Amino acid sequence: MITVTSARKQYGAFAALDDVSLDIPSGSLTALLGPSGSGKSTLLRSIAGLEELDSGTVTIEGRDVTDEPPQRRGIGFVFQHYAAFKHMTVRDNVAFGLTIRKRPKAETAKKVDELLEIVGLDGFQHRYPAQLSGGQRQRMALARALAVDPQVLLLDEPFGALDAKVRTDLRQWLRRLHDEVHVTTVLVTHDQEEALDVADRIAVLNKGRIEQVGDPVTLYERPANDFVMGFLGSVAHLGGQLVRPHDIALERDRATALALDAKVPDSPGVIDAVVERVVPLGFEVRVDLRADSGERFAAQITRRDAAELQLREGETIHARAVGRSSVVDHDPALAI
Amino acid sequence: MRVSRGTRLSLRVVALGYLFVLLAVPIGVILWRTFEPGLSEFIASISTPAAKSALNLSLLIVAITVPVNVVFGVATALALVRGRFRGRGLLQAVVDLPFAVSPIVVGVSLIMLWGVNGWFGALDRAGFQVIFGIPGMVLATIFVTLPFVVREVEPVLHEIGQEQEQAASTLGANGWQTFWRITLPAIRWGLTYGVVLTVARALGEFGAVIMVSSGFPGVSQTLTLLVHSRYIDDHNTYGAYAAATLLMGIALVVLLLMTLLDRKRSDR
Repeated sequence: MITVTSARKQYGAFAALDDVSLDIPSGSLTALLGPSGSGKSTLLRSIAGLEELDSGTVTIEGRDVTDEPPQRRGIGFVFQHYAAFKHMTVRDNVAFGLTIRKRPKAETAKKVDELLEIVGLDGFQHRYPAQLSGGQRQRMALARALAVDPQVLLLDEPFGALDAKVRTDLRQWLRRLHDEVHVTTVLVTHDQEEALDVADRIAVLNKGRIEQVGDPVTLYERPANDFVMGFLGSVAHLGGQLVRPHDIALERDRATALALDAKVPDSPGVIDAVVERVVPLGFEVRVDLRADSGERFAAQITRRDAAELQLREGETIHARAVGRSSVVDHDPALAI
Repeated sequence: MRVSRGTRLSLRVVALGYLFVLLAVPIGVILWRTFEPGLSEFIASISTPAAKSALNLSLLIVAITVPVNVVFGVATALALVRGRFRGRGLLQAVVDLPFAVSPIVVGVSLIMLWGVNGWFGALDRAGFQVIFGIPGMVLATIFVTLPFVVREVEPVLHEIGQEQEQAASTLGANGWQTFWRITLPAIRWGLTYGVVLTVARALGEFGAVIMVSSGFPGVSQTLTLLVHSRYIDDHNTYGAYAAATLLMGIALVVLLLMTLLDRKRSDR
């Protein structure tokens, strides 16, 4: 368990962490999710000891490490740009932590070979980082971090510098690795899809504060506020409320729309809108709409519904919300 | 950008001609004059007692200057790149001072500081001669060579950033281990060039050293001072050429050695 209590960190006038408290359960894979400047990296680096907190405490597995340097925190850290030791071979990179700890040579060599096999770099022992691809370098960095048997594994946007295909592959691979190794893992990301895909818990950060912590389903279906709702998944503005695009239904007949809408409590009402574009997205169809108020929003409906409606660009349609994910009313200050 | 064949050729001719006239011709003339009377003449000229003593003194000064500059140069570069302290801008400017100040001025200021009537003259009066002795020549050489290591290492430190060092610390390395295992290997090229430049300048320094040297042949004459005194005082033109060739030879050997050492280390 990692516990951060009342963490504060100020850079000049900018509050990177503004009274942040967070519990990360042992064995979990937690994502710190937020836009850039939200403090997620600062929080991770503070747990690692690479950043010193102005106030607040960090405990790892019950041990207060607030004043400990990184080398005495029992952590493994993976950097966005790999931080590979360029003048060392892959083997020496992975062995670094064990060499520092003066472990017997044979034991070190055995462990390094095991880890390289796990991360799929068997046979690359004598290469230099410059001879590896980005994805391979990051897997080497992971093996290096895991070699010292850390109590917690901290990953700072580990897939951020990789191209899309490699990123998704490594994501899946990290998920499987975590299922095998079970080391408490904290991952920083600005990519909501990545967080939903890989993490079993997500903490959403914004402006140095934690907005909500929970499992991916809770965060998606019951976001605590508009910021969380807008950051996880897409949203549409409908009559002053935030609605998921797939929670919008379109009706040809206004009376039908009104009748159905009356059954939904706290609904934003029926909005008349002009169809601007119909975009087929495979299984679903996205309909770009413009309300009478001039506000643009998108609805996502199934192919069958779209076929029944026979939408044409330029015609007026009636939109209503069939249900709402968000439990809060639209707060313009938090609008995305 | 496309450049026509004619332009490209003439640019090359200009560049090579410039290098030839300014570098190759003077060096070539010295080499030719040195070896014209034969190898035995050359060896005789550089193995006189005065020449041997000058060679030893020059090498001694290099042997003291280089380690001092390596230690303080790397420390200064680290402070300039990584440090967050007041007066960093001032330090940045002070490091370049030896480039800006004429070596003669350095010599004069050293005499004012360490001479019999200087601020630290008590040392001289107590029997430890700085000025007109080897310590003064070493001090003068350290002063004029101070910026080389700092200025060669600094950009490399900027370029490598701090992530590798931070990674080492998360893996359990303390500050000292991180420095030896990560920082030093990463800056070794910059350091190598800094050392080569320091050696070259230490061997060749004239202005600052002549001010604080007693100039006695066989006692406090460096190779560079020997070249000067043979040519000007003794009108021994050939001796001056021979000593100059020896100087160039040493510098060349140092450059080759450093390159070879570095290649060997990175091969491993």
